[in-house]
Amino acid sequence: MSLAVAITGLTLRFPAAPKPALGGVSTCFHTGRITGLVGPDGSGKTTLMRLVAGLLKPGSGSIRVFGRDPVSEAAGLRGIIGYMPQKSGLYEDLSVIENLTLQADLRAVVGGERDEIFARILKFTDLSRFTSRLAGKLSGGMKQKLGLACALLGAPRLLLLDEPGVGVDPISRRELWRMVGELATEGIAIIWSTAYLDEAERCADVLLLNDGKQLYAGPPADLTRRMDGRCFLLSVPAEIRREKLTELAALPQILDATIQAQNIRLLARKDNALPSSCITQFEIKPASPRFEDAFMDILGGVQSGNSSLARILRDIPRDNATVIEARELTRTFGNFTAADHINLKIERGEIYGLLGPNGAGKSTIFRMLCGLLAPTGGEARAAGIDLRRSPARARQRIGYMAQKFSLYGQLTVAQNLAFFSGAYGLHGAAQREAIGAVTDCFHLAQYHGLKADALPLGCKQRLALACAVMHSPEILFLDEPTSGTDPVTRREFWSHINAAVRRGVTVMVTTHFMDEAEYCDRVGLVNRSKLIAAGTPEELKAQAITAGNRHPTMEDAFIALVGRSEQ
Amino acid sequence: MKADPAHGRRRAEAAFSFRRLRALCRKETLQILRDPTSVLIAFILPVVMLFIYGYGINLDLGRIRTGLLCEDTSPDAREFAASLTGSPSLDVNAYDSLPSIAEALTRSQIRGFVIIPVDFSAKLRRAESAFAVGGSVEPAPIQLIADGSEPNTASFVQGYVLGAWQSWLAQRALSRGLPAPPAICVESTFWYNPSAESRNYLIPGSIAVIMTVIGALLTALVIAREWERGTMEVLLSTSVTRAELLLGKIIPYYILGMGVFLLCIAVAHFLMGVPFRGSPFPIFACGSLFLLSALGIGLLISTATRNQFNASQTALFAAFLPAMMLSGFLFEISSMPVLIQAVSAIIPARYFVGAMQTLAQVGDAWPALLHSLLFLAATAFLFLGLTAGLTRRRLE
Amino acid sequence: MTMLRRLLTLIRKELQIILGDRQGRLLVIMPVIVQTAIFPLAATLEIKNATLGIYDQDRGPAAVELTQRLRAQRVTFTRFIDIGDERQLGEAIERQRVLAVVRIPPDFSAKIARADATAQLQILLDGRRANSGQIAAGHLRQIISGFEQDAPAAMPVSALVTRAWFNPNLDYLDYILPCLIALITTTGVLIVTALSVAREREQGTFNQLLVSPYSPEMIMAGKIVPALLIATFHATLILLAAVFIYQVPFRGSLLILYAGTLLYALALAGVGLFVSSLCATQQQAFIGMFAFMMPAMMLSGFAAPVENMPVWLQHITWMNPIRHFMEVVKAVYLKNATLGHIASLAWPLLVIGSITLGAAAVLFRRRIA
Repeated sequence: MSLAVAITGLTLRFPAAPKPALGGVSTCFHTGRITGLVGPDGSGKTTLMRLVAGLLKPGSGSIRVFGRDPVSEAAGLRGIIGYMPQKSGLYEDLSVIENLTLQADLRAVVGGERDEIFARILKFTDLSRFTSRLAGKLSGGMKQKLGLACALLGAPRLLLLDEPGVGVDPISRRELWRMVGELATEGIAIIWSTAYLDEAERCADVLLLNDGKQLYAGPPADLTRRMDGRCFLLSVPAEIRREKLTELAALPQILDATIQAQNIRLLARKDNALPSSCITQFEIKPASPRFEDAFMDILGGVQSGNSSLARILRDIPRDNATVIEARELTRTFGNFTAADHINLKIERGEIYGLLGPNGAGKSTIFRMLCGLLAPTGGEARAAGIDLRRSPARARQRIGYMAQKFSLYGQLTVAQNLAFFSGAYGLHGAAQREAIGAVTDCFHLAQYHGLKADALPLGCKQRLALACAVMHSPEILFLDEPTSGTDPVTRREFWSHINAAVRRGVTVMVTTHFMDEAEYCDRVGLVNRSKLIAAGTPEELKAQAITAGNRHPTMEDAFIALVGRSEQ
Repeated sequence: MKADPAHGRRRAEAAFSFRRLRALCRKETLQILRDPTSVLIAFILPVVMLFIYGYGINLDLGRIRTGLLCEDTSPDAREFAASLTGSPSLDVNAYDSLPSIAEALTRSQIRGFVIIPVDFSAKLRRAESAFAVGGSVEPAPIQLIADGSEPNTASFVQGYVLGAWQSWLAQRALSRGLPAPPAICVESTFWYNPSAESRNYLIPGSIAVIMTVIGALLTALVIAREWERGTMEVLLSTSVTRAELLLGKIIPYYILGMGVFLLCIAVAHFLMGVPFRGSPFPIFACGSLFLLSALGIGLLISTATRNQFNASQTALFAAFLPAMMLSGFLFEISSMPVLIQAVSAIIPARYFVGAMQTLAQVGDAWPALLHSLLFLAATAFLFLGLTAGLTRRRLE
Repeated sequence: MTMLRRLLTLIRKELQIILGDRQGRLLVIMPVIVQTAIFPLAATLEIKNATLGIYDQDRGPAAVELTQRLRAQRVTFTRFIDIGDERQLGEAIERQRVLAVVRIPPDFSAKIARADATAQLQILLDGRRANSGQIAAGHLRQIISGFEQDAPAAMPVSALVTRAWFNPNLDYLDYILPCLIALITTTGVLIVTALSVAREREQGTFNQLLVSPYSPEMIMAGKIVPALLIATFHATLILLAAVFIYQVPFRGSLLILYAGTLLYALALAGVGLFVSSLCATQQQAFIGMFAFMMPAMMLSGFAAPVENMPVWLQHITWMNPIRHFMEVVKAVYLKNATLGHIASLAWPLLVIGSITLGAAAVLFRRRIA
């Protein structure tokens, strides 16, 4: 293990930005280790990556990569740095092998050495079967693997990976992690930026940034240890679990409350004991702290308990009606079947999670249910009608939020709010009231005049949710709504969703975060175009119990069930 | 890790590398070939445009539809009417009243009309008798009204009617033994293009517009696209140099552009019969230098905007329209105001059009060609140089 | 009422996007201003300030008088070069130093003096600039004809009185400015319709619209109305410049002009939406738009009259909305055409508009499926 990158007093301010993107960062990265780069959205992770890669010039302070300056001595460094940016940087109209060949040529990997490295990398990434497929046609996980393969080509000594796990299913994420772990053992220095804190926990070191400032640098366990004695599991029956969660999260003594299997996981603020009054009726036991707990602690927790969204939405009477239904729902593209006889029923007030590996057919099913895609067979109904053929009145009853937070980037926050409320027929006082209410609820007031494109990711997500709920829909369709966002933002997001469900809203959600699946009443698992399992999270986990693993997590269940269906 | 030897080898490679350049060119070529719209714009559109310029834009007027209102029915009037009808350039239709002929002109059914007034014959005879004895009276008037809403056609109508009228006058004088006005036989000769076929000068000019489309419009999008899709970030993180980056764009589009250029010349020459009297080398040099200028403009726009939506509009506005309007192939540059002539001086299409017209019709007229080639080389250097200057090896 | 309000929301959003930032506002206004400033002066078939070569091999009295007359006019030709021999003649034409050469043969004066002989005169033109040459030759012939008429021996028994209606001075500006109204509105409408739909697809907001209560027709209307507004704005800008800066008198009815503009923009928006419904990316939409616009502009009658085209091509231009609109604008602007006349010119726009809009609506619906 030796020093790879040394950073001292690094500061960078973009023109016209109110705050520096990075302020006074001083840290080191070592060879043979994976250093996790974590922090909320907009904390400066990507900027730091780009600075180390020599793509940006520091304002002040210095960076030394293997003793060299990445800007003025770039020529000597480019050959030994592998960089994989967030957008993965693949040419979508080139095939896998063409992408690799291009990068190999650019990185001076030629002749026999190339053949040998290609063979190794293709085997390593398991892409051998797809070499002639266009990169644009790969699933999200495969794209990330190819991006990693490209970054690895020049046998780099420093590997910079900017959020390689975004939008990638748990299986692919594990594989990515395994691959990168192997590389570290070969002596490469790896900087891995991530929004998944379970990944960060497994890193040798972490660098935690917030608002461009360095909050912590060192082994994650050292930070986690600070939380000893402050984590508890409260066993709460399923039917009141979400309600209790909301109640507890709102208490000042509680730093963080999440659902973990049959329990509510509680984090006490430093000096406060747990409030005995509301927990006495349940069994409570101490839990070992996780890195995520420490992360929430160092960022000061999140005020997520009582979402005021409940005040905006009208109350929908619980009538136990089936709100979303798919009957033998099938969709083919040419001779490829993307969704194969899917049946599911979602009742009013339920949260239904649709999980599955990348490319399994989740999106196809989702798009058919919300009326964006016509089925080739079977039937999809929402609110009792086929949305595709329904009049405007029916679509008035749903809210939709897409993966990329489909906002009008050139419009300001206020203009986006005005447009989406107007599109759903709000006007005059009602419109002003709705805009005012979501502005308060989602803390958007300070951003009103900013263009949506200029917002940090977390804000965009809040704005997208605000736009989707202003007209008080009965059903919410959420397509990977938390993709790429940090844990703080995700907590807030789910507190809003819980509030909506308390008002009787039915939610259909897709996600790659397995901890989010725990919030769902029921989960459907899709693989190879089929619904391979459905039920409550407990039921799914129960199916994955083996002799070796008596308490499988949702992620274990996902991997086991998908693996089983592949056989 | 075989750290240091590998390291040394890679450092030595930081300068220009043909292997990297070849890889970039190959990538660009694959992208061009895989995009269905590039076939449309590189092969279908040029041929369509050539045929439009060859057959659609016809500046040699055929027979112009002209109205005739003959209020006088005398043989003299009929004699004049016959000389109009006999003109190969006029397609004469008779009308019977002023309102109907005026309506026809307003509705563009005719481009001009001639009125032979009711007292035409009487006045003509009176003038002739007066003339015979050396006196003078008012000459017999004939009215010609042209449609000013098409000024170019209108002046042709005026010229043709004037010609018909003069030949009628001369013949009449001859047949009556009257002293004719001095007859001057004016003969127009077009050098290089004796039949004044507009195709012969429009086609070489339109090749400039086509090459601008390939060179500037297509490339205006390519660098912007790399920025939008994030692939530029990866390229910049490798050892690729600025020169390789630019050449990696220029070479594939240069080959594509020259392919289109040769296709255009082949279609123009073999299918449309446009002569190309110059020798291959100057034609090739001319095409190359112009294409490089156009590529320079396109890449400059792309580098400066980094945004496809704006790049496409800017390219339309800054590359295509000037090539069309200020290159001198449709509109005479010397007739433009001085300021606009000055603007046209930095438009490469202007020099290319001039050189191509010379090469097509005159041949290797070196003094004129050299001047154009020199300016083309200068514009190519200017635009490519500006692009190189604006290209950054970093993200900011 | 609700429908109308929702449509207004959609239109306001579109305008906010187009005009929301400086670059966007610049792209709406600058091209119009620059084109209005340059085109009327550049796009001219009038020949001005050209150079004439005079190759006088005669130098007799008639030749001197003719030369003086040629030099006296000050519009078409303002520069003159005396050519002494064949070598200079060849060089002057080859190097494009002159647009035309008048060659006066050695026996010119002698033949003029003898009234019964026909004097020869040659106009030598550059075939590379045959069109300008033809126009210049026309002017030269008029001067020569004036020279004939005024000869002492001549006494005209008839006179040709020439006038032009609608544009008495045959000023090319009067022609090009109405054409410009048609040309400039075209770009604006196509960009707003074709490119902006493609951009919404790329950014994912198009799906957001599809799941909202808007019907596909409403979404289309939300693109069409801003296009109509921009077309009207552009037309107004050029109209103001034409009347107040270029001083080309507007003879017709403003109401008819604007009605025609709206009808045209509607037909063109149909084309734009049709193109966009075939394309997945902005790049494809741009190329598709260009592949339509380029031939359509060339075959609109502005570069060369439609009646000069081969008959089969004239039939094809019937499908070209720019051609019809250009006829409409010229008829209203210069000829103060009646409503009936305009209707007879504009009805094809209605047909084109209903076909393209209908096809776009069908494709819009199919793309959702």
